[in-house]
Amino acid sequence: MGFHWLMVLCALSIFGIVVLIAFELVQRSQLAWSKFGLGFFFSVFTDPDTPLPSYWDPVNGHFSALPFIYGTILSSLLALVFAVPLAIGTAVFLTEMCPQRLRGPLAFLTELLAAIPSVIYGFWALVVLVPIMREMVDPFLSKYLGWTTLFNDDIPTGLSYMTAGVILAIMILPIISSLTREVMSAVPGSQREAVLALGATRWEMIRIAVLRNARIGIVGAVILGLGRALGETMAVTMVIGNSTDLPPSLLKSHSLLATGSSMASVIANQFSEASDDLHMSALMEIGLALFVVTIIVNALARFLVWMVTRGAPPQRN
Amino acid sequence: MKREIGLRTGQNSLRSKYRALTDGVASGLAILSTALVIVPLIAIFIYLIIKGASSLSINFFTQIPKPVGEEGGGMANAIVGSAILLGIGSLIGIPMGIAGGIFLAEFGRGSKLANAIRFTADVLNGVPSIVMGIAIYSLIVVPTHHFSGYSGGVALGIMMIPTVCRTTEEMLLMVPHAVREAALALGVPNWRSVLSITLKTASPGVITGCMLAFARVAGETAPLIFTAFGNSTWTVNPNEAMAALPLQIYVYALSPYDEWHKLAWAGSLVLIVLIVAAVSLVRYVTSRGVLKGAS
Repeated sequence: MGFHWLMVLCALSIFGIVVLIAFELVQRSQLAWSKFGLGFFFSVFTDPDTPLPSYWDPVNGHFSALPFIYGTILSSLLALVFAVPLAIGTAVFLTEMCPQRLRGPLAFLTELLAAIPSVIYGFWALVVLVPIMREMVDPFLSKYLGWTTLFNDDIPTGLSYMTAGVILAIMILPIISSLTREVMSAVPGSQREAVLALGATRWEMIRIAVLRNARIGIVGAVILGLGRALGETMAVTMVIGNSTDLPPSLLKSHSLLATGSSMASVIANQFSEASDDLHMSALMEIGLALFVVTIIVNALARFLVWMVTRGAPPQRN
Repeated sequence: MKREIGLRTGQNSLRSKYRALTDGVASGLAILSTALVIVPLIAIFIYLIIKGASSLSINFFTQIPKPVGEEGGGMANAIVGSAILLGIGSLIGIPMGIAGGIFLAEFGRGSKLANAIRFTADVLNGVPSIVMGIAIYSLIVVPTHHFSGYSGGVALGIMMIPTVCRTTEEMLLMVPHAVREAALALGVPNWRSVLSITLKTASPGVITGCMLAFARVAGETAPLIFTAFGNSTWTVNPNEAMAALPLQIYVYALSPYDEWHKLAWAGSLVLIVLIVAAVSLVRYVTSRGVLKGAS
């Protein structure tokens, strides 16, 4: 009986840890919360010295998380735009077309790539990806798509929201792809056979039998990938440029090639040099916001994946 | 072959051609996207291996970092630091994870409490590592007033719990009921039946889960920046700020010096070899079906 309760205690402590983390974050962010309230997430201050808008100013003691929320959302959405079509295409190929012999090694490879630490992806991006973006991709985009105002490359450094989006896409591809594969394999074979028996081509079969049945699970996989991208720290910190302001013309230009910061990267960058309690508290509040958002996103994703795979027998890839 | 079925049964040949074309285009796109995913990923992998292998030397394992401009230097202190941090992490994460898994599979199966805990473990798994870092900072570093190896170890340990817990649960669920019943029929107390019969039967899978969790946190940087903090001198005292391999890679990667970049590549290779070894072993164990006899 004692053993039973010991196990219950250990299990409950998992619960306790999450509560403790939440409690600490709430407590340490009190100062910023009481000073700025909800405005912390969207307000714009005016710099007393210049008439420019300012957001994050430790010297004058005003803090607004707006540039970082913008950076996190923008880089994560870019990552999804790049990663989702590729991930779904790969999953379709691996589950429906790929010869049995190739399936194992390819699945293994993606598993390996999901395990490479974020800091190493960041290092690679800094040495290989950033120069490529600076020399080739960014000039090309700003030359041919500059008229959309999305690709103004005023200061060509190669460090940008765009570069962060690309490296995030590479990092979340394996997880989206392997989860999509899982929900696709959960679609019963009889569904496929039924559609094929009606004279469908292979693509029609995939579209009607597989994608339609697995769509909720695929959305779940994408959201789980989004959850990863939102909280990803090291790689983003190394390539996003870490400026703490939105360009003054942001509302007019929205350039994807500008430097910025994400919520996670500003914490990584400034936490150890936070000068005073308010600055520290503001960073804690960003952490708390990140915590809450990732919990919601992950819960939603798990729920969707569970909806699809609950009836199916356990799969081994 | 399947494409021909479409062609033959189609009444309108134009429509059939259109369908065959869509089919071809879709297949082509799927193959193309696989290639687009696999090729750069392999390229990254090979790049890391080549860069790392050419920078790796015996100094890397035996020396501690040297000031900028001096030849040589290594990451011996970071390797030892990582080992200590991971040791502390495993001491916390593995027993708690396994205990949680035992509860989920053996005692709480299907209960509301078990579902709540399973969900919490998933939530914990999704907490961004940087958030874990600042939470542990405010829990341990602020009250003790200094960075320490302990706090880094605790952060890593907490991050190991969900993976260990969920794999343990999955593995225990694969052990057939007959085994448990046989043990209980012999009059073995429940705790003994769980520990020396069920858990033992599932042990290859459980060990696999622990290694997976270990490999995951071995490369974590974000939770260590504000806890273990990093240290360029030699220390094995976990009560002091402590170096770790991923932290050192981060610092060196951002530095402008070639010599330090080389060390960072070597460090990356060491980390990757560690992780690849763990993941391959996991794959080998699970694909060979060590549990086949049991399931």
